[in-house]
Amino acid sequence: MRILVVEDDSVLADGLKVGLGLYGATLDVVATCTDGQAALATDEFDAVVLDLMLPDGSGLDLLTSLRAKGHRIPVLLLTALDEVSDRIKGLDAGADDYVGKPFDLDELAARVRAISRRQQGRASPYVSHNGVTLDVARLTASVDGTVISLSRREFAILSALMDRPGIVLSKSDLEARLYGWQEEIESNTVEVHVHKLRSKIGRSKIETLRGIGYRMRPASS
Amino acid sequence: MNSLKRKLFFILVVTTGLIWIAATCWIYVGTTHEVENVLDSRLQEAARMVLSLASSNGIGSFQKDSDSSHAAEFLTYDRQLSCQIWSLDGRLVARSSGTPNESLSDNRTGFSERTIRGEKWRVFTAEDPTKNLRVLVGDRLGLRETFVADIMKGLLAPMFLAIPVLAFLIWASLNQGLRPLHALAADLRRRNADDLTPVETKGIPKEILPMVFSLNNLFERVREALRHERHITAFAAHELRTPLAGLRTQAQIAMTARDANIRDAALSQILFAVDRTTRLVRQLLTIARLDSGAAALLTELNVGEVVEEVVDTLPPPDRNTDVIVDPILHSTVVTANRDSLLLAIRNLHENAVRHMPRRGTIRWSSEATKDGTTVFVEDTGPGIPKEELALVTKRFFRGRNKSSLGSGLGLSIVDMAVRTSGARLRLLNREDTSGLRAEMIWDTRSAQRSSKAGPDKLSVVAEFF
Repeated sequence: MRILVVEDDSVLADGLKVGLGLYGATLDVVATCTDGQAALATDEFDAVVLDLMLPDGSGLDLLTSLRAKGHRIPVLLLTALDEVSDRIKGLDAGADDYVGKPFDLDELAARVRAISRRQQGRASPYVSHNGVTLDVARLTASVDGTVISLSRREFAILSALMDRPGIVLSKSDLEARLYGWQEEIESNTVEVHVHKLRSKIGRSKIETLRGIGYRMRPASS
Repeated sequence: MNSLKRKLFFILVVTTGLIWIAATCWIYVGTTHEVENVLDSRLQEAARMVLSLASSNGIGSFQKDSDSSHAAEFLTYDRQLSCQIWSLDGRLVARSSGTPNESLSDNRTGFSERTIRGEKWRVFTAEDPTKNLRVLVGDRLGLRETFVADIMKGLLAPMFLAIPVLAFLIWASLNQGLRPLHALAADLRRRNADDLTPVETKGIPKEILPMVFSLNNLFERVREALRHERHITAFAAHELRTPLAGLRTQAQIAMTARDANIRDAALSQILFAVDRTTRLVRQLLTIARLDSGAAALLTELNVGEVVEEVVDTLPPPDRNTDVIVDPILHSTVVTANRDSLLLAIRNLHENAVRHMPRRGTIRWSSEATKDGTTVFVEDTGPGIPKEELALVTKRFFRGRNKSSLGSGLGLSIVDMAVRTSGARLRLLNREDTSGLRAEMIWDTRSAQRSSKAGPDKLSVVAEFF
């Protein structure tokens, strides 16, 4: 899961980056509305964690302009302004959730998971396909009832593939899920992780389409 | 209780009473005088009449009827009057009934007063030497006084009846007249503590209108102050909540992370955040103190000494930064509040140090202009983007070239502190090189006008919303 954080406080931004990273998400952090707008225009994210009071304006304006452009990305407002009226204003402006500062990291992670789950049209916290079930909250997978623990990277690749099974994801699509902007992309990482995944969940579950990418093998085959 | 109504009532009743008493005295004096005149002329007329009658009847008849009771019968046409007829040689010829035997007067002619047997008499004496007769007609002064007293009683009786009625009318009119005040008081009493809407001025008498206007004006100012206070509180809350949220997040990471590197990084972030929050709290307290507007004691200060003190007490910048204190500062004296000046210089210095790139120079100096004295500090940092120059003294504003430690309060504090010292702050980007020049300007022309950090500084926060 790739999340954009728009937060100007360096300590908090770092905390979100590291903290949500522990939950298997890949984080990109920007500090201003302008940078946030640019990031959303150029990259794909699964969710946005948006602060309201930013140096170059209100996060609410960013949210409003996003929604005006028809952007459907889930947005969680994270702000110190947490009067009821502020919450209402934020939600009515198009936010999917609202969390007041200070917050619990676990709860924030759960809420981010929840809004992105809804975005994908799922209600269940588990993603299942062809005998593989993903527990998004615990970062684990189970194959035919057997729980398998996965590394962060493995989980990220598997959940990306399982979000929309049948859709082929290229290597660079998967790299985008694995790395934030500042992270150095190691070559062959995707191949290495897919290889490890196959050995854990079964060779036949992930299909390689040579030259195109990877996808979950459909259940019928 | 100091009651306006009671006071007015008292004044009105007392003045009415006094006027009435004065009028009564006037009437009393006037009536007494008039009664005297009337009765005196009656005495005079009666005496002359008796004298003329006596002369036409002849002395003989009087002499024959010298019996006192008989003579009295003769003169009973007016019981208030007493009459004596004497011969000029001092023999009582006749007297009316109830008249004493003694002569009523020893005067020759005209009016006189005499006390006979404890009674005061007013007597008119008329003589006719040709008839050898002297006629004395008198009345008792006691009677006259009774007469005047009766008149006065007639006047005073309705007045005493009227006093309660009048008092009631005055009281009722006062109640009626003061009704707008009561209505105003009731309106104010009904209000909630946070209801600061203006009082309705329609139907308010023009005597109370200035008070209502002042009241509304006060409401307006209190409302404004409250609004600012709320914004400040909201902002302070925001500014404290964000670092607290950061602290909490980092603490949670430190607790859950199994990787020692992640944990150490989180712990050092916590340390940093605690330092920054401490600084923020200190600055908020400073602002609260400056806001409270405690009267600043202005003294003559040597700027050089203050700058040296600040530079010496602050830890030396860890980067290769040179700090130059121009010797000219030691001969620069300004009128300022020592604490405020220290605060301003320390913040400006810290600001310069914090925004300095790896190598740089901070220079403190001053120059005398024709209008006054300018103390300034120049750094070789990035300066402030032009469009942000006007905003940086506003609270919680953090510009693009912010440092991670900045709270957005430093320059706002400097601005307030400089004002407390009777100067003003001017920020400009250096033209010779990249960097900021912060000037504290003491205008000698406006030095007499004490300029203090007023509540207008509060309004800046509102603009963030």
